Amino acid sequence: MLPLISFRAIAPGMALAATACLLLLLDLLPTRGRKDHLAVVGLAGVVLSMILSLGLWGSDERAFNGMVRLDGFALFFNLVIGFATGLVLLLSIDYLRRQGMESGEFYILVLFSAVGMTLMAGAGDLIVIFLGLEVMSLSLYVLAGWFEGRLEAGEASMKYFLLGAFASGFFLYGIALIFGATGSTNLDRIAVAVAGGAARDPLLIIGFGLLVAGFGFKISSVPFHMWTADVYQGAPTSVTALIATGSKAAAFAALLRVLLSALRTVQPDWAVLFWGLAVLSMTAGNVVALAQQNIKRMLAYSSIAHAGYILVGVVAGGALGGGGVLFYLLVYTFTTAGAFGVILLLERDGREAVAVSDLAGLATRHPVLALTFSVFLLSLVGIPPTAGFVGKFYLFGAAVRTGYVWLAVIGVVNSAIAAYYYLRLIVFMYMREPEGSPTVLVPSLPAGLALAVALWGVVQLGVLPAPFLDLAQAAVIPLLR
Amino acid sequence: MARLVWLIPLFPLVGTLVNALFGRVIGHRAHWIAVPALGASFLASYAVFVRVSGGETYTGDLFQWIAAGSFQTAITAQVDPLSAVMLLVVTGVGFLIHLYSAGYMHGDDGYARFFTYLNLFVFSMVMLVLAGNFLLLYVFWEAVGLCSYLLIGFWYQKQSASDAGKKAFIVNRVGDFGFGLGIMLIWTTFGTLDYGEVFARADASVSVATYTAIALLLFMGACGKSAQLPLHTWLPDAMEGPTPVSALIHAATMVTAGVYMVARSHKLFEMAPVSLEIVAWVGGLTAVFAASIGLVQTDIKRVLAYSTISQLGYMFAGVGVGAYAAGIFHLVTHAFFKALLFLGAGSVIHGLSGEQDLRKMGAIAPRMRVTAVTFVVGAAGLAGLPPLAGFFSKDEILAAAASEGHTLLFLLLLAGAFMTAFYIFRVVFLALFGASRLSHEAAHHVHESPAVMTVPLAVLAGLTVVAGLALGLPSAHGTAFSRFLAPVFPAEEAARGLAVPLVSVVVAVAGVLLAWLMYGRRPVTAEEIAVPKNALHSLLLHKYYVDELYDAVFVRPLFALSGWCARVFDLGVIDGAVNGIGRLVVAWAQGLRRVQTGFVMNYALGMLAGAVAIVAFLLARAR
Amino acid sequence: MVPESHYVALSAVLFVIGVVGVLIRRNPLVIFMSIELMLNAANLALVAFGQRHGTAQGQALVFFVMCVAAAEVAVGLAIIVSIFRMRRRLSVDELSLMRW
Repeated sequence: MLPLISFRAIAPGMALAATACLLLLLDLLPTRGRKDHLAVVGLAGVVLSMILSLGLWGSDERAFNGMVRLDGFALFFNLVIGFATGLVLLLSIDYLRRQGMESGEFYILVLFSAVGMTLMAGAGDLIVIFLGLEVMSLSLYVLAGWFEGRLEAGEASMKYFLLGAFASGFFLYGIALIFGATGSTNLDRIAVAVAGGAARDPLLIIGFGLLVAGFGFKISSVPFHMWTADVYQGAPTSVTALIATGSKAAAFAALLRVLLSALRTVQPDWAVLFWGLAVLSMTAGNVVALAQQNIKRMLAYSSIAHAGYILVGVVAGGALGGGGVLFYLLVYTFTTAGAFGVILLLERDGREAVAVSDLAGLATRHPVLALTFSVFLLSLVGIPPTAGFVGKFYLFGAAVRTGYVWLAVIGVVNSAIAAYYYLRLIVFMYMREPEGSPTVLVPSLPAGLALAVALWGVVQLGVLPAPFLDLAQAAVIPLLR
Repeated sequence: MARLVWLIPLFPLVGTLVNALFGRVIGHRAHWIAVPALGASFLASYAVFVRVSGGETYTGDLFQWIAAGSFQTAITAQVDPLSAVMLLVVTGVGFLIHLYSAGYMHGDDGYARFFTYLNLFVFSMVMLVLAGNFLLLYVFWEAVGLCSYLLIGFWYQKQSASDAGKKAFIVNRVGDFGFGLGIMLIWTTFGTLDYGEVFARADASVSVATYTAIALLLFMGACGKSAQLPLHTWLPDAMEGPTPVSALIHAATMVTAGVYMVARSHKLFEMAPVSLEIVAWVGGLTAVFAASIGLVQTDIKRVLAYSTISQLGYMFAGVGVGAYAAGIFHLVTHAFFKALLFLGAGSVIHGLSGEQDLRKMGAIAPRMRVTAVTFVVGAAGLAGLPPLAGFFSKDEILAAAASEGHTLLFLLLLAGAFMTAFYIFRVVFLALFGASRLSHEAAHHVHESPAVMTVPLAVLAGLTVVAGLALGLPSAHGTAFSRFLAPVFPAEEAARGLAVPLVSVVVAVAGVLLAWLMYGRRPVTAEEIAVPKNALHSLLLHKYYVDELYDAVFVRPLFALSGWCARVFDLGVIDGAVNGIGRLVVAWAQGLRRVQTGFVMNYALGMLAGAVAIVAFLLARAR
Repeated sequence: MVPESHYVALSAVLFVIGVVGVLIRRNPLVIFMSIELMLNAANLALVAFGQRHGTAQGQALVFFVMCVAAAEVAVGLAIIVSIFRMRRRLSVDELSLMRW
């Protein structure tokens, strides 16, 4: 007998997958060389998927023998992923054409990577997490090297691929060992086995350690972070935005689900581990970011640091910490997509303007863009009334509430260090005179729309965060049962 | 009433946004946005005021702002008689000064920027006054500080202006540090930041020591914002800003926020009597200290700045001896006559093409009649000559000090009153009358300011004349003003006889006479004014060397320390723009980034090492 | 019959060989083969553990992994070929334009 298929449980992901397949067909139709319509159709698919997620709000079910879960947690992440994917699609349209690299496959791959992400967010089984991870990653490996013929692009793609596959090896071996220890890869059954005493089984411990290594790569936590800077720098800027937002959110979703639903009974054990990872990531990310001259590279280290901040919430755990993580990922998605979106619009001497010095004098020539960028940067620093402040406030607040006061203190000190390099960009925009040819803004309607959405998100979540925080906290509850 | 209340901040906010976004297009028409915005805001304030005089009050949330577990804070507005009065002053005086600015700033390159900041300031100040909880108060406390910083450094091309902005910001940080701690302490003590709830819960169940700590920390913030000893040094330098800014922010409204805050939280201060005592004494000492410096200054705006510090001291002294209504009354009248004096000084400066030095003024009254008349009215108001507003309000404070048994404080304030009368009439005689010491060129150009500037002067002069008689006449049940504030403050004692007013009038007249004897009776030369005659004069001229002291004790050691850090840790640093600890971190960064070799091998090795370390750690823990 | 623990031990050895291969080889193709070795070590472990727990789940999982590995090969080779087109040499040591 065929297993029962619940389309309901995978509807948001299916919408994305179906759209991607539709695009594969549409791409074959003869066109006048423009591929804009593919992005628009893709965008429609993303919106459809988000509407489906909203429509399913409040469900809490398991499908495919517990392999897939449909709960508030998955749906919340579907929205985050939807925002990330949608923003990236909008940002890519004119950007790709400008770089002479427009092609239908780009949008298709973006959508398939989003399918992988939703799969991870709704996974109830380690093997489904693995599958989602691979679907997402394989698309991203290709997207990272999209600018064929550029040395940096090839290098980024290759490094991402080799190291990603290496990390997958750890991840999979970890799954195998956990399977060995508990006899299952299902998170529920692992939880039962762990509560029943498997927690001290060396197989499980080693397996879990390898699993963490795999996750550490995807969330770019120190010491698995080294690929981040090179890939962020070499990949097309819109792809960088996708890697920084969507893939990170999906990885955190899966990590949080494993930790909170399968390993909740042994929280003190893993909390210490993530305490260390959080401190290392925050500190190393921020310190190295100080010395960067390339904005994309700087934001890469900044994203490592942010992974550290988010891990603070993971350490705190529970509805407070988990809710903080979810909320912060939403905030981070808007902020980071916006920041990369601004950079992607800038050109100087016909090449992409990615050096810090390229920003000099931007405020006088493009005041609105400079102001928008400043808002995103201030949100990254965590200055009220931007979303970044509220997000950090809840992450660190959760840590304090659960007794990890020192962790919060280290986080705050790190935020102070980080202020330096973000504000440096603002200083360049507002207080430095440009040397040589000016940096120009390449106008783009879809990208402008994306920036407006991101700006809305940052301001909305910063000024009126309460309803979204409630959603985020409610989303974590199903994991804690 | 709810809608009316929110309209008050809405208008200036809209004005700010419009001028900020479209300033380039609007350019020199910016006042068409900013001035009507203030006018509308004033009308709304007036409507609210009328309702409040009818006995209505309002407390309401705009929306839930922060909710973290038990920590809940909303954007709350609270309107009671105290805030109604403050609103009226802020928007009313603000409106006049906006109007004046349209003339004063005419032709400035940053015209739209100026009105953007000015509207933003009024918005923040209104929100500060409306705030119904300490967190919101703190947020807008900082916001007005930011506006102050932006406006002091408005002419940022001038080194001294941007330095003064920085100084104001940094000195205020010292006070705000305490203020922030005080608010946190309120939160941990009472579990809420809402005014109503905090004051309702402020009873004997909390120790006096806690109340003292809270009160003193809050007062630390007030000292910074209201430029009281020892954090007064920023205000004189703040005169680098355009004169309307000095009038609005650094005389009439923002600097009085400290007084407002102390009066607003008087329940907390009263639970710790010693803190009120400290408030009174800091106020009294500041009043005399700043007035004495004002005696010898040669820059017309600096005299007024020290005068402001001194008058703020009076307000604190009043609040400190429990005469809250008197303190707030003085705040209101001071807003009128000090704004008038600043705007008058601005008009003089405008007429003399930018000259601020008293040594290069004189005998301009015949050529600037409106300015001269209104300035003299303002001066008489400040000196406390009856029947002007300053007489009544200062008298209230003096009487309260005398009757509450603070005899020493009373004498101190009396000495201050004498100095006040002297220094302000010294300005009058030196600037407006006597012999002309104008440069030839300036003398040629002296002209009265346009109507857009003189009309506000006339209005403020009118207010200075009538406010005291209308609101400050003592009766058996206190003044009209204190009766209005009765729902907020505990009742004050009734009229106190004629002895104190008489003494204070005598003192004020003596001060005016002495000023006339020294500067008005015969022409004085520039050298006579400036060259110190003796050690005391020299001490005053150098403002008691407080700036030099701070420079020697705080600023220079700090610079020396950071210079030392820079030399020691300056290893392989490319970016030289950072100092102190910043350099250390950057040096780290430079070291740490070398770990990132670019080789896939090394990255993979790092990952393996990480995985092994994690597994080893977990295994060790499981043991 | 060979006990199941031997299979697990073998899989561990294979995994380590794969890891070491990734670390010491310079040719991306060989590195990639080493990674495949790691994945297959996991497959072996899955089958062995399935045997231990008496379920077929371990074997089912292997099919998933093989699919993923196949997809990975396709993508990986494409990336390697495109790099080779640009550089005409295959050594990961040359891929260090971006660093620090």
